[in-house]
Amino acid sequence: MHIVVCIKQVPDSAQIRVHPVTNTIMRQGVPTIINPYDLFALEEALRLRDKFGGEVTVLTMGPPSAEDSLRKALTFGADRAVLLTDRFFAGADTLATSYALASAIRKIGATYGEPDIVFTGKQTIDGDTAQVGPGICKRLDFLQLTYVSKVASLDLAGRSIEVERRSEGGVQVLRSRLPCLITMLEGTNEVRRGTMLNALTAARAEVVKWSAQDAGVEDISKCGLRGSPTVVKRVFAPTARSEKAVVVEPAGRPPAEALIDEIFKLRPKLEADMFELARGF
Amino acid sequence: MSQPAKPAPPAGRANAKKELSEHFKQYKHVWVFVEQERGHVHPVSWELMGSGRRLADKLGVELAAVVIGPAGEATSAAAAEAFCYGADLAYIVADDVLTDYRNESYTKALTDLVNTYKPEILLLGATTLGRDLAGAVATTLLTGLTADCTELEVDADNSLAATRPTFGGSLLCTIYTLNFRPQMATVRPRVMEMPERVEKPVGRIIEFPLGMVEDDIVTKILAFVPDRDKATSNLAYADIVVAGGMGLNSMENFQLVRQLAGVLGAEYGCSRPLVQKGWVSADRQIGQTGKTIRPKLYIAAGISGAIQHRVGVDGADLIVAINTDKNAPIFDFAHLAIVTDAIRLLPALTEAFRKRLSPHTRDRIAS
Repeated sequence: MHIVVCIKQVPDSAQIRVHPVTNTIMRQGVPTIINPYDLFALEEALRLRDKFGGEVTVLTMGPPSAEDSLRKALTFGADRAVLLTDRFFAGADTLATSYALASAIRKIGATYGEPDIVFTGKQTIDGDTAQVGPGICKRLDFLQLTYVSKVASLDLAGRSIEVERRSEGGVQVLRSRLPCLITMLEGTNEVRRGTMLNALTAARAEVVKWSAQDAGVEDISKCGLRGSPTVVKRVFAPTARSEKAVVVEPAGRPPAEALIDEIFKLRPKLEADMFELARGF
Repeated sequence: MSQPAKPAPPAGRANAKKELSEHFKQYKHVWVFVEQERGHVHPVSWELMGSGRRLADKLGVELAAVVIGPAGEATSAAAAEAFCYGADLAYIVADDVLTDYRNESYTKALTDLVNTYKPEILLLGATTLGRDLAGAVATTLLTGLTADCTELEVDADNSLAATRPTFGGSLLCTIYTLNFRPQMATVRPRVMEMPERVEKPVGRIIEFPLGMVEDDIVTKILAFVPDRDKATSNLAYADIVVAGGMGLNSMENFQLVRQLAGVLGAEYGCSRPLVQKGWVSADRQIGQTGKTIRPKLYIAAGISGAIQHRVGVDGADLIVAINTDKNAPIFDFAHLAIVTDAIRLLPALTEAFRKRLSPHTRDRIAS
């Protein structure tokens, strides 16, 4: 069995700051991490490999420094790492990104064996779009299984898979066929820690680096900025509300009561609504 | 190997020109995908219908609802309801194969509709279903898709200007789909205001065949397990929400938030760090990576109010912030502020509300 896991190296968005004067992102000193959702995908892939045998290849597209994230994935126990890096990929939106990654997955298939499953996280914490997974899937013409919380069973000989996936009002239990693309939901499994032995191997392991040409990208105009139908016209900071908050000064009264008075003073209708709601409990 | 260039700055991308090919100029009208699952229309569909109506009016074109589902009452009722929220016409693909959502069948239905009737703008809810479908359809059509928009406008040259948070919500960016059609966007539930429902019994209906039978669909539904905890999924639609942040200092103190919510008949939520610490489950997270809420009253206890959080609560009618730090960013967007320790105030607030909302008090007010 061969599983490809797509990961992304992202800035730890909890630590991103916006410059107060220029409204630009201050990236300096912001640490990068593997997109946290992708770790659940990697974990699920490793569990399936440990159970059924085979290999796990991790793939990322990014600058040369994204190699760090791939090495990290190797310490968790991935068998192989591929870094897709080329200036032609710069500025890609989700459509162009899915084109490049799908090209690389085809090449990985041709080089190391056709993948049975491609895994990714449900979305990234920097883009938050959840579009790249479905995009790769359509370009490969795989079956699409998003927001999966559990791989219930896998029948390699019968080329069949059963998963549980989150839908709006509950959980769908689906049977589908291989090859498929699965985007994993967060919190679905306990992500393992890297082992010392793996860390030593990972430090010495080769990370395969491919340019667009190496990856067999057929049409370079479908990559990066040129291949992106969406264009960012304007970046700006959210405008501050014009009126400032009314600050409650308890002035010798119990602060809780002073606050409630202010709430009902600002929104008189709310009091009646709250009676209705409180009665329900 | 060639050295990758630094990503182009936004200014560079902004200069791209619109050179829409002749073929795409036939694309007209605004479409809203009406999401229904198991006979229930997701309210985000009507929220989008409000935005769609505004865009269609500005462009001087029609607004259409797209209803995909099983043959029968629920699907035609969804189309009829769409007219009440402003749709001029409805495209219906009704087939029992479409009873449950599956990517293969829904992608085919929506892609075929787009290729046949050529909409200029296509809007979907950024729900699990909407995102699964939108990503597949946009890639199949090879067009642009902008996720989780917070504002949709039509600019001077009639292009869709879709604004969405970027960098985890720290900044906003306006995105165009220049040379491809349709221009696709998703919007999260509760980001757009619910339009007023107007009784409108008639509208044009165009039925369209799926052109697919059950045997053509590889993926099979084995079971559907509905959520037991309905309250959890209701956070986005709650009238009152109480939420806690890092100012609560410990997991134990989070129960103060739950107690206040209990007395108010409210839903409770939290900011992202609490989920990251494992104090509260992820489906209770409010903000850019969590839920967007639009309550009548929002009480934020010990939440500093990073922009990621603000994005999720901006639609609240009254934001009350409790924080010890008078310089906390939450005071920039709260309506009411009290500078104090939430750990001390919350129990007092719970007690004071309990008294104010007791049946005894209610009777007094009613009389």
